[in-house]
Amino acid sequence: MGRYVIRRLLQVIPVLLGATFLIFSVVFALPGDPIASMAGDKRMPPHIVAELTERYHLDDPFLVQYWHYLSGLLQGDFGETFAGGGVSEIIAGKFQVSLNLALTALVMETVVGVGLGFYAALRRGRAQDTLVLAATLLLISVPTLVTGFVLQLLLGVELKRSTGIDFFPISGAFDGWRSYLLPGFVLAGTSIAYLTRLTRTTLAETLRADYVRTAVAKGLPRRRIVGRHALRNALIPVVTYLGADLGTLMGSAVITETIFNLPGLGQELFRSIYERQQPVVVGIVTLLVLVYVLANLVVDLLYAVLDPRIRYE
Amino acid sequence: MTGITGGTPSMLPAWGGGAVPRNEPLLAVEDLHVEFATRQGAVKAVNGVDYTLEAGETLAVLGESGSGKSVTAQAIMGILDTPPARVTRGRVLFRGTDLLGLSEENRARVRGRRIAMIFQDALSALNPVFTVGWQIGEMFRVHQGASRRDAERRAVELMDRVRIPGAARRLHDYPHQFSGGMRQRIMIAMAVALEPELLIADEPTTALDVTVQAQIMELLTEIQRESGMGMILITHDLGVVADAADKIAVMYGGRIVEHALVHDAYRAPAHPYTRGLLDSIPRIDRKGRELHAITGLPPNLLDMPPGCSFAPRCPYRQGDCAVEAPPLHRIGPTRGSACHYWREVLDGSHG
Repeated sequence: MGRYVIRRLLQVIPVLLGATFLIFSVVFALPGDPIASMAGDKRMPPHIVAELTERYHLDDPFLVQYWHYLSGLLQGDFGETFAGGGVSEIIAGKFQVSLNLALTALVMETVVGVGLGFYAALRRGRAQDTLVLAATLLLISVPTLVTGFVLQLLLGVELKRSTGIDFFPISGAFDGWRSYLLPGFVLAGTSIAYLTRLTRTTLAETLRADYVRTAVAKGLPRRRIVGRHALRNALIPVVTYLGADLGTLMGSAVITETIFNLPGLGQELFRSIYERQQPVVVGIVTLLVLVYVLANLVVDLLYAVLDPRIRYE
Repeated sequence: MTGITGGTPSMLPAWGGGAVPRNEPLLAVEDLHVEFATRQGAVKAVNGVDYTLEAGETLAVLGESGSGKSVTAQAIMGILDTPPARVTRGRVLFRGTDLLGLSEENRARVRGRRIAMIFQDALSALNPVFTVGWQIGEMFRVHQGASRRDAERRAVELMDRVRIPGAARRLHDYPHQFSGGMRQRIMIAMAVALEPELLIADEPTTALDVTVQAQIMELLTEIQRESGMGMILITHDLGVVADAADKIAVMYGGRIVEHALVHDAYRAPAHPYTRGLLDSIPRIDRKGRELHAITGLPPNLLDMPPGCSFAPRCPYRQGDCAVEAPPLHRIGPTRGSACHYWREVLDGSHG
């Protein structure tokens, strides 16, 4: 187990290096002049251009620029914007919002998706199973835009108007965890559907495995056969999906963040690309990669806990 | 020792009906029919199987893939996937009680405790994510409410009994860390943990090396002799049968086509299919000559031919074979053959 963990941790280093290098070179290759765009349609005085170019190492070769960035990053410094603000400060607050949103979505996804998948797998081929499958298909087909506005209208506006219950805030992040309920569900929508189907399929497959037949032949109670012998094996692909999804949920929430007016990373990233704030873009993407890599690391460690065959390889 | 259908003529079950034996045998399968529902229609996997087994006896059930030998065993065990499988007719009397009539709860009480089963591929039959000690000990914990420590101690005893070297040390190892033979030993340990009265071994040696096969069979017969349990040995390996079994039942197309004491069947088979199986064993005195093979393919269980299901492949075939299905002719007190021309087969003369 120890060796597996160490080897897996070492693998993180080249992944992070490669990812940051890739992001940096893509952003470097973007057309346009960030300094010229700062002055709008006016001409920037030459000495200011020279000073800014010097300050941001814009004349240095690509690799030198990358090196500057990387050494800053290793000290926890994400650099500064062309307007002079620290990227770390800009990102920090947004990261918190995005993380809250993603975690809310992840919890909903796990509870609803795994629960429904389990329910359907144990009733495979029956009416309830078909109903669950149809519902997930519907959830996959309806775009976030629609679920977002419909839920805002129904649970946010109409519920309050007709019953006076004001439980689901529909805008901003000012109401603590409640602010994330609706957007969390909207963001989790398709993931819930996929996870339901994944859980259903893997559990149903596992229930037909030889070792489950052995468990039946041993005369074990049904609860134990499903809950112990099948579940542990069926969880392996589910955990993988959840881990990979955390990164996706954080990076792909632009629409949800916009609908619910949540100041998260998605919105910031979109704005920064639009305004050519390259340091911010690189910073956010690097951070997302970091989340992705860490989530996958946790998944791989969980793997080893769930499946002994991996531990001893 | 009694024959498959009992020791006296009155105990011979007629096709389609089950006579109640006077002395309850350990196990009596009577007129068992099993079907599988598929998109193409009902697959008739087992079409009226009868056999009996006394305590301490070993019955070898022979037959090729799809002959219904495993399905019969799974029906006895109650581990058929229902649906698609369905027992359409018949009884499985275990010490006089019809298992098919029991509630699922009562059935589970018999499984593992009184009837145990071991499977062909021990690697896939053992749960990959639990230690072998845990899986063996589970029998004691679940069925007898033993404590963890007690269950572990008894698991080590069992692992010693099936001769796993360094049992105590290997208690916390996982199935994939064992060799094929050792894994099958663990399956055996788990199956005999609660000293069942009947052990069903479904091709226990098929997935193993030849040398390991012999060791596993030796272990199985030894445990059986010590404990006096009955054993149903499902196999397609005739070599395994000769040493281990008291009697054999040969299955073809979901029916028993011949049953006999092992030595009778080996000396002079009374069904063309049994003869074909015996002739296809490679023999040292026929070295260099081409191996005998049974021509043709097993019957399509979706569309069974009228008459004898073996007729299309049978060298003894005559006109009426394709029309009239042969009943299980009684040849002797311990012997039966479902062939119109069993006399010719027995004489070895081609009709």
